[in-house]
Amino acid sequence: MKKFLTAILFAPVLAFASGVELHLDRAPDKANDMAALQNGAKIFVNYCLNCHSASYMRYNRLKDIGLTDAQIKDNLLFTAEKVGEPMKIAMQRADAKVWFGVAPPDLTIIARARASEFGSGADWIYTYLRTFYRDEKRPTGWNNVVFENVGMPHVLWELQGEQAMGADHKLTLVKPGKLKPQEFDAAVGDLVAFLKYMGEPVAEFRKQLGVIVLIFLAVFFVFAYALKREYWKDIH
Amino acid sequence: MSKMNAILQGTLNWVDERFPLTTLWKEHLAEYYAPKNFNFWYFFGSLAMLVLVIQIVTGILLTMHFKPDASLNASGVPVAFASVEYIMRDVPWGWLIRYMHSTGASAFFLVVYLHMFRGMLYGSYRKPRELIWIFGMIIFLALMAEAFFGYLLPWGQMSFWGAQVIVNLFSAIPFIGPDLSLWLRGDYVVGDATLNRFFAFHVVAVPMVLLGLVAAHIIALHEVGSNNPDGVEIKKKKDASGIPLDGIPFHPYYTVKDIVGVIVFLMVFSVIVFFMPEFGGYFLEYNNFFPADPLVTPQHIAPVWYFTPYYSILRAVTYPLFGIDAKFWGVVAMGASTLIIALLPWLDRSPVKSIRYRGPLYKGFLTAFIISFFILGYLGMLGPTPMRTIVAQVCSVIYFAFFLLMPIYSSLDKCQPEPDRVTSK
Amino acid sequence: MSCDDKVDCGRRRLLVATAAAGGVAGVAVAVPFVASMLPSERAKAAGAPVEVDISKLAPGQMMTVEWRGKPVWIINRTKEQLESLVKVADKLADPKSDKNMQPAYAKNETRSIKPEILVAVGICTHLGCSPSEKFKTGAESGIDADWQGGFFCPCHGSTFDLAGRVYKSKPAPDNLEIPPHMYLGDARIVIGEDKKA
Repeated sequence: MKKFLTAILFAPVLAFASGVELHLDRAPDKANDMAALQNGAKIFVNYCLNCHSASYMRYNRLKDIGLTDAQIKDNLLFTAEKVGEPMKIAMQRADAKVWFGVAPPDLTIIARARASEFGSGADWIYTYLRTFYRDEKRPTGWNNVVFENVGMPHVLWELQGEQAMGADHKLTLVKPGKLKPQEFDAAVGDLVAFLKYMGEPVAEFRKQLGVIVLIFLAVFFVFAYALKREYWKDIH
Repeated sequence: MSKMNAILQGTLNWVDERFPLTTLWKEHLAEYYAPKNFNFWYFFGSLAMLVLVIQIVTGILLTMHFKPDASLNASGVPVAFASVEYIMRDVPWGWLIRYMHSTGASAFFLVVYLHMFRGMLYGSYRKPRELIWIFGMIIFLALMAEAFFGYLLPWGQMSFWGAQVIVNLFSAIPFIGPDLSLWLRGDYVVGDATLNRFFAFHVVAVPMVLLGLVAAHIIALHEVGSNNPDGVEIKKKKDASGIPLDGIPFHPYYTVKDIVGVIVFLMVFSVIVFFMPEFGGYFLEYNNFFPADPLVTPQHIAPVWYFTPYYSILRAVTYPLFGIDAKFWGVVAMGASTLIIALLPWLDRSPVKSIRYRGPLYKGFLTAFIISFFILGYLGMLGPTPMRTIVAQVCSVIYFAFFLLMPIYSSLDKCQPEPDRVTSK
Repeated sequence: MSCDDKVDCGRRRLLVATAAAGGVAGVAVAVPFVASMLPSERAKAAGAPVEVDISKLAPGQMMTVEWRGKPVWIINRTKEQLESLVKVADKLADPKSDKNMQPAYAKNETRSIKPEILVAVGICTHLGCSPSEKFKTGAESGIDADWQGGFFCPCHGSTFDLAGRVYKSKPAPDNLEIPPHMYLGDARIVIGEDKKA
């Protein structure tokens, strides 16, 4: 329903569009896959949460994805003392700006912010994290297909290995990483699913509640419509 | 039972001797006679009231948690932006209240546009209802101000740059413009001072004005009585007791009917709030999930959908005139495009009110107007290209021609005779 | 409310059904709106239980920790101080802690789980000032010659003994509140949480 409406709304925009087309790979939908979300949370804490904060997200909110307070405390709680605290980082923004040119943005709602007419925010991140390639002209030695001249180096390179940009504008894996390509895609899929969850933790509950509200309104409509008919039968 | 009734009756009498409660009830509901042939288009007045209530109640609750503060917190995020996310996550049910408010903003414009279109279809602005129309137009302008001020508050990228562009419009006014912009912002850029004063306007000043105007709108309506899809005055044909033959008491007939309309509206509203609160980026724009950054303008910047027709007209003006640059005339054209609607009661010279009895000229012009309004709205969401600018210019001309030529074509038109009494089509 | 000829039964039934549905809708909307004014996750996190290490708290010493924005005292009472609790009993307003100012496990002679360790909210039950410690005994305390050690509220002069019990004829009506707390091992206390029965 949502996708259909979005498609209809955007069809004319695309027809009229004149700017650069952005081709994004579709991120797998793992919104209800607790194991994937938990794995994504682990990857996020280990690889992202050193430089990027998620300062609107409290650790204990991760109960949503099936973790207990004790699990959060033992496996994920590196940057705070209490599970009620938000996912902040120790790095000072001023330092970060010196090191990277820009301060790494907060990632709590990045999956919502990166949405565009070309795809969801999850699609963008899914494509972005998988399209880093070697570029010696960049200070970090890395460049990216969807985010040209990005300030961030390829943080997941150990896992993915190194890609090179060919003359045909296609990426090839020149040095394999710890994970096979399919495994790496799955891991990034988990991470993206987690980022999407974190962008709006209430999303799944919101939809469940919406169904109940609509069913109730449908019943209410039947009563109210019958009542209206009853009163209006005298009016000709 | 009867004792209970006696106590209630006694209390009511006590109040009535001191405050005209029963009189008000009768005048505005139980003995307010509305034409019996209201159709689909007549739902949107009461729906606008409903949305107003939703906005006020959710707005008050949001005010309890929102912080109009542009300074950066420890994580380097503006406090205002962070407080919106705080509402979305930490406040119990805050997400629901915020989505209701953000969806309500768009719903308000949707309902008000349909309500205004109803007035145009059936000539509801014509004598003796000119003042109702004028009050309504001021409500519309106040609503645009309210939406504009409110849009800055989340302090995202679109909030910031939208306010930046609109405030700079005022700098186009000759001589005083630049100083006026500065005064509106209270700073050299849109900043903390701007955020604070927009907050004050959004939650205190404009809502008070809106409530007063809504009261005036309804009092004026109940003074002269409602128009109807046939555009004939029901008060001209009354029965022996002075009740219009085609009138029915608003309560219970239109209260039970409006409840049905309200439920259908709430179903649509709920689908958006619960399943697509961003509405594909039209109700909550994606770029507004980035905090305001005064150093970087987003690649694609457009107003929210309800402002885009006027924004298109603004951009369509590209020629300087009388030695003043195009920017100024663009602002004039945009202002005129909203204000000219208020002149309808005096531009329309047709012998009939309702579209049902109007001739082909008016129907043609109205159709062209609606189509150009939609095209302008659509173009306003896109970036400008030479081709689009030409289309926008053509549509702007049609937009104004609809109003400016109306005295001519509406009097030349071949109308059918109005019936004596309302029909039940 | 029986149906007779004068009222239309079908209409009444529909009116009741619609009004009931409307009432449900009203309540369903009111609940989240009212609930939005309850403490947020941030307030709850700030008010979360506090863990304290008391291994370095020597006998006769007191430390203060913050819990829900209030000072919580932890006092390691000496043997003499514990004996003083018995001596002052007849001068107290509620020596047996009959009023419900403490969890059940602290309703005893010393108002504590371990006899020597007192955990109490340092807020006077009169009007909310924080009393100051007066551990020195006798005239030296500046209170009176019989003073056995305790607390003195600077605002209105209420006095409390070393178990936080209020003296008779003072403005404060109740003993100091004992917060829910429990031990994690020997030297770690969690304040704000206990094992519920």
